[in-house]
Amino acid sequence: MSAPRMTINGVPVEFSPGQTILEAAQSAGVSIPTLCHYPDTRPTGACRVCVVELEGARSLVPACATYSAPGQVVHTDTERVDAARRMVLELMLASGNHNCLICEAGGDCELQALAYRYQIDPPAFGKPPGTTYYYEDNNSMIIRDFSRCIQCARCVKACTDRQVNLAIAVGYRGAETTIVAAGDQPYIDSECVFCGECVQACPTGALLDKHARFLGRVWERQKVRSTCPYCGVGCQIDLQVKEGRIIQVTGADAVPNRGRLCVKGRFGWHFVHHPERLKTPLIKENGSLRKADWEEALNLVATRFAELKDREGPDKIGGWCSARITNEENYLMQKFMRAVLGTNHVDHCARL
Amino acid sequence: MKPLGPCESVPTAQMRQEVCDSLQALISRHRGRIGALLPTLQDAQRILGHIPLEMQQVIAAELKLSGSQVFGAMSFYSMLAWQPRGQYIIRVCGSPCCHLNGAAALLELLQEELGVPLGGTTADRLFTLETSACLGACEVSPAMQVNEVVYGRLTPGRVREVLSDYRAGQGPDYRDLPYSTCDFREFRRAPGESLLLENVGLIDPLNLEDYLKRGGYTALEKALTSMTPEAVIEEVKLSGLRGRGGAGFPTGLKWSFTRPLPASPKYVVCNADEGEPGTVKDRYLMEGDPHKVLEGLIIAAYAVGAAHGFIYCRGEYYLSRHRLQHAIDQARERGFLGKRLLGTDFSCTVELRSGAGSYVCGEETALIESLEGKRGFPRLKPPFPGVVGVQGQPTVVNNVETLANLPAIINRGGAWYREIGTPDTPGAKIFQVMGQVRTPQVLEAPTGMTLGDLIQVYGGGVRPGRTLKMIQTGGASGSLVTRAALKTPLDFGSLEAAGGALGSGTMLVMDDSTCVVDFLRCVAAFFAHESCGQCTPCREGAAWILEVFTRLSRGEGREGDLDFLLRLADTLKDASLCPLGQSAPVPLLSAIKHFRPEIEAHLKDKTCPAGVCRFD
Ligand SMILES: Cc1cc2nc3c(=O)[nH]c(=O)nc-3n(C[C@H](O)[C@H](O)[C@H](O)COP(=O)(O)O)c2cc1C
Ligand code: SF4
Ligand code: SF4
Ligand code: SF4
Ligand code: SF4
Repeated sequence: MSAPRMTINGVPVEFSPGQTILEAAQSAGVSIPTLCHYPDTRPTGACRVCVVELEGARSLVPACATYSAPGQVVHTDTERVDAARRMVLELMLASGNHNCLICEAGGDCELQALAYRYQIDPPAFGKPPGTTYYYEDNNSMIIRDFSRCIQCARCVKACTDRQVNLAIAVGYRGAETTIVAAGDQPYIDSECVFCGECVQACPTGALLDKHARFLGRVWERQKVRSTCPYCGVGCQIDLQVKEGRIIQVTGADAVPNRGRLCVKGRFGWHFVHHPERLKTPLIKENGSLRKADWEEALNLVATRFAELKDREGPDKIGGWCSARITNEENYLMQKFMRAVLGTNHVDHCARL
Repeated sequence: MKPLGPCESVPTAQMRQEVCDSLQALISRHRGRIGALLPTLQDAQRILGHIPLEMQQVIAAELKLSGSQVFGAMSFYSMLAWQPRGQYIIRVCGSPCCHLNGAAALLELLQEELGVPLGGTTADRLFTLETSACLGACEVSPAMQVNEVVYGRLTPGRVREVLSDYRAGQGPDYRDLPYSTCDFREFRRAPGESLLLENVGLIDPLNLEDYLKRGGYTALEKALTSMTPEAVIEEVKLSGLRGRGGAGFPTGLKWSFTRPLPASPKYVVCNADEGEPGTVKDRYLMEGDPHKVLEGLIIAAYAVGAAHGFIYCRGEYYLSRHRLQHAIDQARERGFLGKRLLGTDFSCTVELRSGAGSYVCGEETALIESLEGKRGFPRLKPPFPGVVGVQGQPTVVNNVETLANLPAIINRGGAWYREIGTPDTPGAKIFQVMGQVRTPQVLEAPTGMTLGDLIQVYGGGVRPGRTLKMIQTGGASGSLVTRAALKTPLDFGSLEAAGGALGSGTMLVMDDSTCVVDFLRCVAAFFAHESCGQCTPCREGAAWILEVFTRLSRGEGREGDLDFLLRLADTLKDASLCPLGQSAPVPLLSAIKHFRPEIEAHLKDKTCPAGVCRFD
């Protein structure tokens, strides 16, 4: 059976059943702008940036949330569509304080990019100068600056559908609509576990990784793929590096985590450049530590293990290994304990 | 008083033991029900008058929800509060109809009398002053509600009297009142037979016997014992009945999509959210003849194969809910609800739910979300509720008045019904003539009466010394029409052709003392307040429309405002997610068509030809 077909911008296009108009267009190389759309979450069709003309429909329809059907005739770039998108973008820009100059998202902001694509001037209408917006900076990881929030609710989708933390939701209504945690309290007093998924999902500068602030623009950064050093899941991370130093860690869209991270992987990397970070082995002599090299340190450990084993027997020795090392290293560890030291006392921090 | 202590389910949530006990008790009543959160919050609010964070935490833990879900839903509804309030909540109606009849002055008076600003609570914690979207008391506007009780035809003297009654602890019990606004029998009635409001004012709504004596439940019996569900649908199709909720969709056709679906369970919902400004018709049916509505709902359930029905009644309609609940209980006792109705295989239960202050929850998909205990966010269509509704199951949503037509159609046949009224919109219709007329009223008549007759004969025409200026047709999202439309017969098709809309059958009449800019500002405030906030055009756009009309009405209009409004209107119409946003600009577009010079006078000359707007 041949694939069903529809028409997009006058060109017949094949699609697979279950695809949205957005997906069908993407497969056909037609770019439709989106903002509230976010992978692995339920489409809400709410921001209305992706609206397209569907012949037979009374009003425009959201491409992200409308399913393709055989025979559909869709136009993605008409004047009517453009007019709606421009107005939607203007309304978003007018809803807050979008001064890109010092916005952390500058250059990496989906709203800014669309404003550029549709050549939107700062709207003539806007909130009066001096309007204040909710600003939250009372925890060590995330800043919430709602002067830049466009209510796309991607953060909510990320927290709800991707992380299943349900720490935030859309609250209030009408022009007062805003993202809320339990009781509309700050993140730090709520059910938020600081996984930072919402920060990664935010298309604008409304949710910020506090430590990365003012450390470098997107074009000054190099992305280095790595594996999170914390646990055995092995989440893929992108180290955002500037001049040889990590300035931020983001989840990479790869197996096993598909972009998700936990609080440790995303925010717990400061040991890397920490001045007190241990770089050589230390040997304690007369109550104080001195630097040593590996040769000396390992010799010392081997000698002492041998003495202990002779004196007390192998069962007095136990080994504890870490989730922060690889499976192979863990395997070697237990092999070493059993075959070399002769003990079965081997355990792992994941059992804690 | 006992000190605060931990409440079992959330040890960190400190509250008084008796509060904790009542909370746990009510939660266990609701746990496991569809959308348990909303009824739980509504009952919980009765304990302290508001729902503090500690209570929210307990509710979340017990219903296995997150705190953000609880607050997200709660903060959507204007009748739920999490800050302490007064013992009596005064809600002044701010709808266009009350506005035209002096609501603003009333609000000022109340602020003065109580010594608090809008939103404030008096120092003795007796009163909290709020405004409300349309209270559904337009025939007695200007109106306000004090807790459950509606007060209409307010004058300064009456307001002071009401306040002093409450201060003296003598507020009435709403359940003892005969009706919440007026006696239907006061109104002038159309000649001929009445099908819908026939019993209203004549029977005791709390007495099933009265209803039975007047032929009640004979249609249900006929349908159940002598007709197949398909035959019921055919009869309703034949009748030509179109939905009375505003959209006019053919009822039989709607049912015929749901009936054949193999899914189970299916649901029927009676849409009793009546929030359309100017609309009070469903309230007269529910307060005056609740069994008729219930009978219609059970017939609908039988037709589509649903074993469970909901009645979703707006939060402000306390008396309606009281009587509906009573009717449901009586019907259950008499075997009109429950297992194997009237000895047939058909079983059906009905559950009454309350809204909590949100107009958009009248939109059928938002209503379903609300029934599920969530924010009233309209869903994307398709799929339509008839296919994917409550908890993903096929759900037929029908308006109160639509359902009230069914007993007559079943008893006397679709062919007979179709002969009533116009071919476009066959049948009987409840009209409402509101605003600046001598005798605002509710009226049942066959469709096809002219707009002019409705206003002149039943509304009594405009007040002495005044001339008719414009009529807003069908509700807040309806177009404005002028005298030129007076000969239009009242049905869906004719009004649409005349540039208006039948909507809920309400016609808001305005005379020459009304300023079109001031009126549109009030309408814009309504939409800005009721926008659910989900989609960008309506969330932001409705607020901008309000902003522009506010400045126009203050003589602060700017060059380009009209063009901006037109651009905004286009985007709202074309790119909003649901019909609320799509229709929000309709009134202003019709106003720009008919009254452009008056709007431009505000903009360019900074004058208000009607002398309403104050430019100081
Ligand atoms: C914003 C909005 C508010 C609505 N409010 C109501 C209402 O209060 N009551 C009602 O019956 N229908 C209301 N409707 C219409 C419903 O969506 C739906 O069409 C109706 O309940 C179907 O019943 P019917 O076919 O019997 O008319 C509203 C629609 C919109 C868009
Ligand atoms: S959020 Fe985007 S558009 Fe807004 S100021 Fe920042 S970069 Fe500019
Ligand atoms: S940090 Fe994680 S848990 Fe907290 S709100 Fe964001 S996504 Fe939800
Ligand atoms: S915080 Fe960011 S992701 Fe969340 S709604 Fe605002 S703009 Fe969207
Ligand atoms: S049009 Fe308005 S009410 Fe409807 S979904 Fe959008 S914001 Fe909500």
